Amino acid sequence: MSSTVMERLPANSATRGTLSAGRRIITSPKYAPVLVTLGLFIAMFVSGGVRYDNFWSPQVLLNLFVDNAYLIVLAVGMTFVILTGGIDLSVGSVIALSAMICAKLLEAGVPAAGVIAVTLIATSLLGLGMGLMIHVFKVQPFIATLAGMFLARGLCYVISEASISINDPFFVSMASTRIPLGGSASITISVIIALLVVAVAFYVLHYSRFGRTVYALGGSEQSGTLMGLPVGRTKVLVYVVSGLCSGISGVLYSFYTLSGYSLTAVGTELDAIAAVVIGGTLLTGGYGFVLGSALGVLVLGLIQTMISYEGTLSSWWTRIFIGGLLLVFIVLQKVLTRRRD
Amino acid sequence: MTQVLSPADAVVDMVGVTMEFPGVMALDGVDFRMYPGEVHSLMGENGAGKSTLIKVLTGVYTATAGDMHLAGSKVSFSTPAQAQDAGISTVYQEVNLLPNLSVAENIMLGREPRRFGSLDWHAMRRRAAELLEGLNLDIDPGSLLGSHSIAIQQLVAIARAVDVNATVLILDEPTSSLDTDEVAELFRVIRTLKEQGCAILFVSHFLDQVYEIADRLTILRNGRLVGEYRTEEILKIDLVQKMIGKEMASFSELEQRHRESEEEIAGTGIPFLEAKGLGRRGAIRPVDFSIDEGEVVGLAGLLGSGRTEIARLLGGIDRADSGTSEVNGKAVKLTSPRKALSKRIAFASEDRRGEGIVGDLSVRDNIALALQIERGWYRPISPKRVTELAQHYIDALNIRPADPHALVRNLSGGNQQKVLLARWLAVAPRLLILDEPTRGIDIGAKAEIQKLVFNLAENGMSVLYISAELEEVLRLSHRVGVMRDRHMVSMVENDSLSVEDLLALIAEGSEDEDEKDVVA
Amino acid sequence: MSAQLRNFTGSRVFWPVVILVGLIIVDVIAFPGFLDITVKEGHLFGAPIDILRNGAPTLLIAVGMTLVIATRGIDLSVGSIAAISGAVVSALLLNSPTPDNPWTVVQAVGIALILGFILGVWNGTLVAYLKIQPIIATLILMTAGRGVAMLITEGQILTLHSKPFEWFGSGFIAGFPVAVVIAAVVLILTMLVVRRSALGMFIESVGINPEASRQAGIRSRGLLLGIYAFCALLAALAGLIITSDQTAADANNTGLFIELDAILAVVIGGTSLMGGRFSLIGTLVGVLVIQTLVTTVYIVGIPPVATMVFKAIVVIAVSLLQSPTTNEKFANWRKDRRRPTPTKAIEPTREKVSA
Repeated sequence: MSSTVMERLPANSATRGTLSAGRRIITSPKYAPVLVTLGLFIAMFVSGGVRYDNFWSPQVLLNLFVDNAYLIVLAVGMTFVILTGGIDLSVGSVIALSAMICAKLLEAGVPAAGVIAVTLIATSLLGLGMGLMIHVFKVQPFIATLAGMFLARGLCYVISEASISINDPFFVSMASTRIPLGGSASITISVIIALLVVAVAFYVLHYSRFGRTVYALGGSEQSGTLMGLPVGRTKVLVYVVSGLCSGISGVLYSFYTLSGYSLTAVGTELDAIAAVVIGGTLLTGGYGFVLGSALGVLVLGLIQTMISYEGTLSSWWTRIFIGGLLLVFIVLQKVLTRRRD
Repeated sequence: MTQVLSPADAVVDMVGVTMEFPGVMALDGVDFRMYPGEVHSLMGENGAGKSTLIKVLTGVYTATAGDMHLAGSKVSFSTPAQAQDAGISTVYQEVNLLPNLSVAENIMLGREPRRFGSLDWHAMRRRAAELLEGLNLDIDPGSLLGSHSIAIQQLVAIARAVDVNATVLILDEPTSSLDTDEVAELFRVIRTLKEQGCAILFVSHFLDQVYEIADRLTILRNGRLVGEYRTEEILKIDLVQKMIGKEMASFSELEQRHRESEEEIAGTGIPFLEAKGLGRRGAIRPVDFSIDEGEVVGLAGLLGSGRTEIARLLGGIDRADSGTSEVNGKAVKLTSPRKALSKRIAFASEDRRGEGIVGDLSVRDNIALALQIERGWYRPISPKRVTELAQHYIDALNIRPADPHALVRNLSGGNQQKVLLARWLAVAPRLLILDEPTRGIDIGAKAEIQKLVFNLAENGMSVLYISAELEEVLRLSHRVGVMRDRHMVSMVENDSLSVEDLLALIAEGSEDEDEKDVVA
Repeated sequence: MSAQLRNFTGSRVFWPVVILVGLIIVDVIAFPGFLDITVKEGHLFGAPIDILRNGAPTLLIAVGMTLVIATRGIDLSVGSIAAISGAVVSALLLNSPTPDNPWTVVQAVGIALILGFILGVWNGTLVAYLKIQPIIATLILMTAGRGVAMLITEGQILTLHSKPFEWFGSGFIAGFPVAVVIAAVVLILTMLVVRRSALGMFIESVGINPEASRQAGIRSRGLLLGIYAFCALLAALAGLIITSDQTAADANNTGLFIELDAILAVVIGGTSLMGGRFSLIGTLVGVLVIQTLVTTVYIVGIPPVATMVFKAIVVIAVSLLQSPTTNEKFANWRKDRRRPTPTKAIEPTREKVSA
């Protein structure tokens, strides 16, 4: 009797065929969105190459990384926060703040290593403050990180209204050094740093208890607590992580722009959120991958590249396309999660 | 096979447990024992003290008085974590796992195997597979928990509990969402655990299942121990009787009136609502139901038997998967509360906190809500009229505090119930569905409400009356439908039915057992 | 303490009013003529008037935002809608042969407002019918909307030369700036409609307990659609005022961050982001606090760049003060200091008992 019952049970066991396993992966809310993004990326890249000359060069692909290295790091930090079901609106302003701190300290003659260290500590502390507001005082993440955004942007203005340029040799070298990858292709050091951040984030999310607790928070905070996971601590830490990533992103950004300017990176948090959503992370939390978010950044970059290749389209079509893409992905996520029940 | 076990063999031994809250004695000197390798069922209706006892056992509460011994040594838990560490694991009705993580993670998280500081996925999956195999479960450890049915998720929760070295496993309403095959699988796992020496507490409202799986029963009523019995030694009807017991207040006047009215035609004989084959997958098997104008139909049965489910379908709160309905002879689709209200069918939910009160609004706003919605937002009822309306019901139902402007969330549960009742009375429905309207209300008010229902019926309103208190149901109903295990076992005329008759019907039901076992 | 006073100190709008009064006091100390209002050619001038005028667009948006938040939603797209509205009106006026004709202006304004309304219907459809989370649904329009506005202005900043249109930004009605009158009228009308009709109660009911509201018969989808459309309409109106005031349509900067100020004003005013009871008066106080703060910073001589920092401090202060954790600690502290007042009904423990 037991054998008939067992057969009846949903056999999600590995003994079933790979075909149905494949189908399951494609429709699961965990993997499906990322796969769609990947498919989209490939489709866009292919169509770009068909439509424009000189599109299918490796450098075009690599430039996606070069131009968006900072955004990749930012999206990684944002992924942590969104996985727990929260949000961080401060990241754009924190980028500006980090670049500004770097520029100001370098101007004062502080050595590069110290400058970077101070910046990262400062942004992490800001993240800690927001995390504590959210966990201890039960302030909504939206409001707490909004306050963070105002604070960071305000501090930017206070430090310097005008733009400060960076002449420090280390920073300059980071900006201009290209690492050749054979042929005429090359990347910057920022790309390496960004990829390193992604790798570390991947490891943490999938191979540490902290990472699993991050996912648990997004699944069900109550269940996580009942299972004995350190839910409170993790909630605060994700905002520290986001702050740290924003700091790193700011440093990379300052490599890119070689200046600190208080009006920069306005609205970049939206780009990060869009990248994360397009990358397959559900805004309700619990599902998503940093690899997906990185892919999301590349998709956004690709849109921009294609628009500039198109030539006739004005650059603000970018925002419209991103908005449209967001809509498509959100509807897709809705459809998939409804199937899950 | 049945060894005589003495209290000394008990793995859980609770003696004289008392749990007191301000103004309420939830448990009064209860003794409770669990033995290794046995399935024990805790039985009792609402307010009996079941969940309180479990909370004391699992460390959510600390008992006001009494002792607890675990495997011979005295224990006292102040946090759930302590109970868990001592080997008591609970699997809740809501499963309380993480649907977005894999089966293996759900089993192992919190005690994950590590290698060089990082999670060892291989070992995790292996250990999970071992555990699942030990329970003879064919579930892929790498699969997403949320991709499985509730039944499977529950089994995973049990596997987790087992791995935490549970000597005592508490299953709280594990079968509420399972179909017959899934229940059979669960029972197989339970029996495996029994053989491994685990003591299992099986809490469920499904009598048939309790009789199938439990070795021993403890019955609680009103916070007191009624008795502990071996399952084979007590008849179902006696069990039900001990669970429900007798009410203290006398309602002779009402009974008198009822007897008098019975001499006249029950109801007007004009059908108001007729439903055929109304059912909803996972909630209730197809049911035929009809009610005349001025008729009171009662629904009796234990908690979880499907009374609320059928009422929700009739009230448009849930959508039916199957069946048809007719109001006054015309076909209707009761697909939303608004539709039902437009047909003058009002539904008073038993879940007053979640589905009834709008806590931050005042008493008068809560009372006027449905009526106002009917009129539309652009035709506000004048504030004077609203206050009059509210005052009328405050007086009629004795709502305390008698302040129309008090926020409903500050009222006691009983008074909140009265506010909700007032809301539905205010729309003057033709069919009023009352789900547990007197739960949590004092005796005097209970009588008032029942008198009210009686009057309403005499004036032509149809009433569907659900209550766990069988006396109430008998006092008011012209006909009584008996529910058990999610289907209607019989519908009888209330021809001088006694409580015993009703109990018998609930326990054994009609012999329509040849109806197909439709998978719910 | 009289009951009314106790009501006030216990209400959520208490601290914001205290902060507002505090800011005004600081202003008066720093600039004794702060509260002076002069009359020139029948028009009122002065710092308080400036505060009102500068806060008018924010108030318009905050009024709509209050209702949206009360239903447990949020609308991030209002800034973009304001930008689109300004862009549309400017493009229409610039391409019209008769920009000084009042009728042309009326038509242009009308079209911009209708467009705003339609965008609101779009938001409402995503939220109410497709059941998308409001923050995401409105994020889409927020992102794409600026692009659309840029498209309309073709990336340029369009300067306007239409006398009748400039009236919105620089005209006066009965001595008060037009913008202030419009905002006041909208606020009062909205208050009348939601409080005099049953609409306010429906909105609160849906926000407090959506399921109970559903069972009582509320058709929440239509309600939500209307709320989002209304909010967008007001955003479009605000955009017109901003554009008129600057006599230019700047798609990039019109209404930039105004959604944040609006949300802040609503929260400061005591309406919870979790939805439910709302207070339009509270929102008014919230807008005044923000606007006065900006002015105070300027008057006291702090470089205006520090404004954001002060905004941050106010947000943090208000959210900490309104936090349930703080209220718990405060209530416990009060309990220890005086005799225990009659506590709430036994309700909570009853819930624990039910099996």
